[in-house]
Formats: sequence, C-alpha cells, structure tokens
Amino acid sequence: MSNIEYKASAATLDTAKPYNYNKRMEPAKVIRWTILFLGGVVMIMPIVFMMSTSFKWPHEIYNLKIIPDDPTIENYTYVLEDGRFYKWFVNSLIIATITTISAVIFDSLVGYTLCKFRFRGRMIVFVAILSTLMIPTEMLVIPWYLMAKDFGWLNSYWGIMFPGVMTAFGTFLMKQFFESVPDDFLEAARIDGLNEFQIWWTVAMPLVTPAISALAIFVFLGNWTAFIWPLIVTNDPELYTLPVGLTTFSVEQSVEWELIMTGAALATIPTLIVFLVFQRYIIRGVVMTGLKG
Amino acid sequence: MATVELKGLVKTFGKTEVLHGIDLAVEDGEFIVFVGPSGCGKSTTLRLLAGLDEVSSGEILIGGNVVNNLEPKERNIAMVFQNYAIYPHMSVRKNIGFGLRTSKMSKADKEKRIDEVAELLGMTDLLDRKPGQLSGGQRQRVAIGRAMVRDPLVFLFDEPLSNLDAQLRTQMRLEIKKLHQDVGTTIVFVTHDQVEAMTLADRIVIMKDGHIQQVGTPAEVYQKPVNMFVAQFIGAPSMNMLPGKKSSAGIVLNAGPTISESLNSDASGIMVGIRPNDLTPALDNEAALFEGRVKIIEPLGPETLVYVELGQHEVLATVPGRTPPKIGDTIRLKAPQEEIHFFNADTGAAIL
Ligand SMILES: Nc1ncnc2c1ncn2[C@@H]1O[C@H](COP(=O)(O)OP(=O)(O)OP(=O)(O)O)[C@@H](O)[C@H]1O
Ligand SMILES: [Mg+2]
Repeated sequence: MSNIEYKASAATLDTAKPYNYNKRMEPAKVIRWTILFLGGVVMIMPIVFMMSTSFKWPHEIYNLKIIPDDPTIENYTYVLEDGRFYKWFVNSLIIATITTISAVIFDSLVGYTLCKFRFRGRMIVFVAILSTLMIPTEMLVIPWYLMAKDFGWLNSYWGIMFPGVMTAFGTFLMKQFFESVPDDFLEAARIDGLNEFQIWWTVAMPLVTPAISALAIFVFLGNWTAFIWPLIVTNDPELYTLPVGLTTFSVEQSVEWELIMTGAALATIPTLIVFLVFQRYIIRGVVMTGLKG
Repeated sequence: MATVELKGLVKTFGKTEVLHGIDLAVEDGEFIVFVGPSGCGKSTTLRLLAGLDEVSSGEILIGGNVVNNLEPKERNIAMVFQNYAIYPHMSVRKNIGFGLRTSKMSKADKEKRIDEVAELLGMTDLLDRKPGQLSGGQRQRVAIGRAMVRDPLVFLFDEPLSNLDAQLRTQMRLEIKKLHQDVGTTIVFVTHDQVEAMTLADRIVIMKDGHIQQVGTPAEVYQKPVNMFVAQFIGAPSMNMLPGKKSSAGIVLNAGPTISESLNSDASGIMVGIRPNDLTPALDNEAALFEGRVKIIEPLGPETLVYVELGQHEVLATVPGRTPPKIGDTIRLKAPQEEIHFFNADTGAAIL
C-alpha cells in the first residue's frame, strides 16, 4: 500500500520537474519516441477512419482521405431517426449495466470469501474458478446455447446476460485486492457488532474501490462490445444488442459502411462515459489505500 | 466494568499448542498488563478474550459469565489494535461512531456521545478529518475513541503504542493511564515493552512460551522476581547473573568473591543476580563485593553504565554521571545485601 503511495508521489515529482528543452536529443530517445509515435498512430487510425467515414457520403467511403471532400451529418440523422438504433442501444445499455453491477457484486463477494475466510475446500473452489479461465469462450458457446435452449432462455435479456453475471477473472482480481485489506479492519468491525455482510459492504468494499472501478470498466466494455454470444442467442431484432444490430446495416443490399461507422461512433460514447467516471475512482482509491498505520 | 477470569486456557493452532493453561483473575476496574517476548502468546490470549479466536480448552469469564460461546459483539468488550484499524475512508466522526452503528441509541444521542468522547480525547477540532490527515498519535486516539464510545465492560489493547515514536509513546502512555483513572473500566493491555508494563499496570502478567511466569504489582515483580526469566526481563538494563556454588561460608562466585548468605536450598549450582542500579562504586573505607577492570563505559547523563571485567565474567554497574571512571581503571563495586537475588541454576527458580 505504501508502495503505491510512493509511486504516486514519485510521479507527481516527475511532472513537477521542468523539462529541459536545451538537452540534445539522444539517438535512443529519438528511436523510442518514434516507436511510441508509430504505435500511437496504428492504434488511433481505426478510430480516425471510423469518425471520418461517419461524415462521408456513400460514394466517398472507399476514398482514404481523412477529411471528407463534402462532409455531411446525413448519416447521423439517418441512424438517429431509425428507431432500431435506439432499441439496440437501450438493449445494450440494459444488458451491460446489469451484468456490470451483478459481476461486481458477485465477484467481490466470492473473492472476499475466498480471501478472508478459512473453510474446508477453499483452495479447491478457488482452483476450480480459476481453471474456467483456461476455457475459451468459443468452446463454451455451444453448451451455453444448448443450456439456454433447454431452459427456454433464447431470445431474452437473461439469455444474453447469464454467461456474464459472474466472472472468474473478476473473482480472482477481487480476491487479490482483498488481500491488501488488513484483517484487523474486519476484526475491529466484528467486535463492534457488524455482521459479516455489513463488514464486507461497509469496510472491505470501500477499501478496494480501485479494483471495483477497474472491474466495472472491464465488464462493461466486455458486455457492451460482446458480439458472438448475443448474435447466437437472439434472432429477434427487437432484442439485438448494438454490435449485433449494426451488422444488419450490412446485409440489406450492400455493406453500408458509413452507417455502421456512424453507429459505432455513437456506440463509443457510453464506453467513454463509463471510463471517465470510473477512472476518477481508480485515482482516488489509490490515494486512499496509501494510508498506513 | 467487570471482572475477567481465565481458567486453564489452552489454545492450539493445528498441532502446536501455543497457550498451555493460563489461569488469571482480573479484578473489576483493574489495569492488567501482559508482557513477554515476541511469540509468547500475548496476542493470542487477548484474541481469545475478544472472541476473535476459539478457545481450545478452558474457560473465559467476563463479569462472572462464561463467554466461551459468545460472539465478539456479544461480549461487550472493545479492542484497540496495534495498527489502529481505523477506516481510511471514513471521517474521524464516523470512525469514532462506528462502535455505535449497531446500538439502539437515537441519532442525537449517538452524536452527543461521539462529541463527549472527542472532547475527552481532545479531538473535537478533528472530527471532520479523514485518518489520512492525522498524525500517528491522533490516529491512535481515534482508535481509542472508537473503543470508548460504546462504554464496554473491558478494554483490550494489543500493543497500541508500538507504532509511535518514543516521545509520543510516553505521552500516549500517560493519556491512557489518565483515561483509566477517569473511566475506571477494566483494561487488559498487551505490550512487549517492560517500561510500558511497569508504568501502566496495577498488576503485570509476565508470559513466556505460552506460560504465565509471574503475576504481581510492578513493585513485586521488580523486587521479588520468582525466577531468572522474570528477573532479567523486568528492569532495564537487565539484571547481572553470575554463577556460583553453595559452601559453608556462603555463596562462592566463580568470579571470585564469596557472599555470606545461608540459603535454604540444596541446589547444586546457584545463580546470583544483581541489578546494575544496585551495583555501585564502593567508597574507599567500604568493603567491596567485586573489584575489576573497566572495559566499556556508556554515559547516560545522570549516570554512566560501566562494563566491568571480573575474571571470565562481566558485570554491568552504574556510577554517578559526574565522576565516571576511565577505560582500564580498576573499580571496586558494592551492592546492598537485600538487593542480591539468588536462583537455582538448574530450574531458574528464585531461592528466597
Ligand atoms: N493463526 C495462527 N496459526 C498458527 N500459529 C499461530 C497463529 N497465531 C499465532 N500463532 C503462534 O502462536 C504463538 C503466539 O503468538 P502471539 O501472536 O500470541 O505472540 P505475541 O506474544 O503476541 O508476540 P508479539 O509480541 O510478537 O506480538 C507464536 O508462536 C505464533 O507463531
Ligand atoms: Mg502480538
């Protein structure tokens, strides 16, 4: 914990130090910055093309110009006036929000239990949960589908959500973070008369907000962008999520890239919001856990 | 306020037994200090009392009731931890009030109680701060405040001062003592610092390897240690121990001199213990117990500690600070007869 604090203060010191512009550029530095710059360009290009395409007319989309000759917001008007987009957007929002809340709660409950309680079979449970991380989603899709079919979950929100309401990775992450919560804290609360559930909620959870934020971002993004499973488990356009719905723009006559890119550009907005909101907590959380007795 | 009784308390972790039958009766309102070297089972005893660990065998009574099967919260005790265990995400007010969360008091009464406690600890101005904005001593005070707010039957302290610097420790020690005088609640306090034990305790419990060695007032354990361990553990610097034998003339020390004392013991070997404070320079016209060469001197200000070579052995003596001897000087040392302790060299038990 003190480690984090130390690093954080080191970082502020670094930025506080004025950069010495007179210093000659060393070759190693030039190479390093060039590589970083190229890496940055590679990562940003798809987003730039997405934005640029969303402002182009259909005839211009195979022209790789970044600034369209004749920019238009026609695509946005079209997508936003098409009722389906809202439907899918709302579907995605509901599904991603519920799975995020559910995964955060259950992953941290299970992680907390595995971390702070000693009981028979604890290691077995932990290893069993971890081992599911080694099975790729592609392999699970068919069993999930058969299961959903037999339970009658096809074409329902629950059918889309159930594989994600709890995650093995999140459980592992939370377990590791709970290690940093001293047992004293929990015992003090126990003496003060809180029950185990209250201790988890009022003492342990606030101390791992950075982990919760990171997990929330991961889970939200994962579910917001999920494609294969929602595609398989639904065939009712009313229940499509945004990524599944957007692909239907491509099957009608030809691939309408400008519309897909417009939808995709709009789809990034919630992810940006989620990231900005939770990122603050990551930073604040680090400051809080820097407290040492 | 309540009495506390431990009866034949045993604790095992897996196959290792770490407490081997602890018997102790603590009176109502008494300040009891457990002291002993690291790993002797002090914290374990305290945790059993608090109900944080389960008793392997034996009984714990608080206020005359067996509490073995009660949850920590049902025992009405409060505990202050070494690392304070105050919550960094809550304000001082919330931290102090934490102990009242489950109480049935009205909100206004709770606030009033928190203010009272803060007042008592001189923390009224700090109530809205977060622990991160407090000094070590202030954090410790919050931890004590949280324990006090519920008005428990017994306070348990586990080395609460060991994270503080020396000066603050002395100050907090005084505050805890004052607090005890004000509220009069029974306190069980754990420390490995014998000075803390001596200054705070009504009675001291000295532990070693899961056994109680001696229970007594600070004066008793200092003046009449029951064995060599207690004799050397209590008092700083530690008591000098010199091996010797019984003879018709008295106790013949291997280091030379004979102490005329007829001991009621048939021990083959005798250990003679003299505290450094009692071993002082003899005046020219006085008889000396030892005579030896000064090897090292350690000035402390009011007095100077002197390491004196006695043949194969070495003793630590105290001389007045203004007239220290020089290294290599020969020094004559005396000790009052009544301050010389004798122990059975085999069993370590005191011979009275
Ligand atoms: N949970 C546990 N499992 C196994 N052994 C333990 C456990 N807790 C304590 N012990 C052992 O019990 C013995 C007593 O420990 P305890 O913590 O009571 O010592 P202590 O007197 O408080 O020492 P210190 O001054 O270092 O705090 C030690 O040998 C320790 O290794
Ligand atoms: Mg301890």
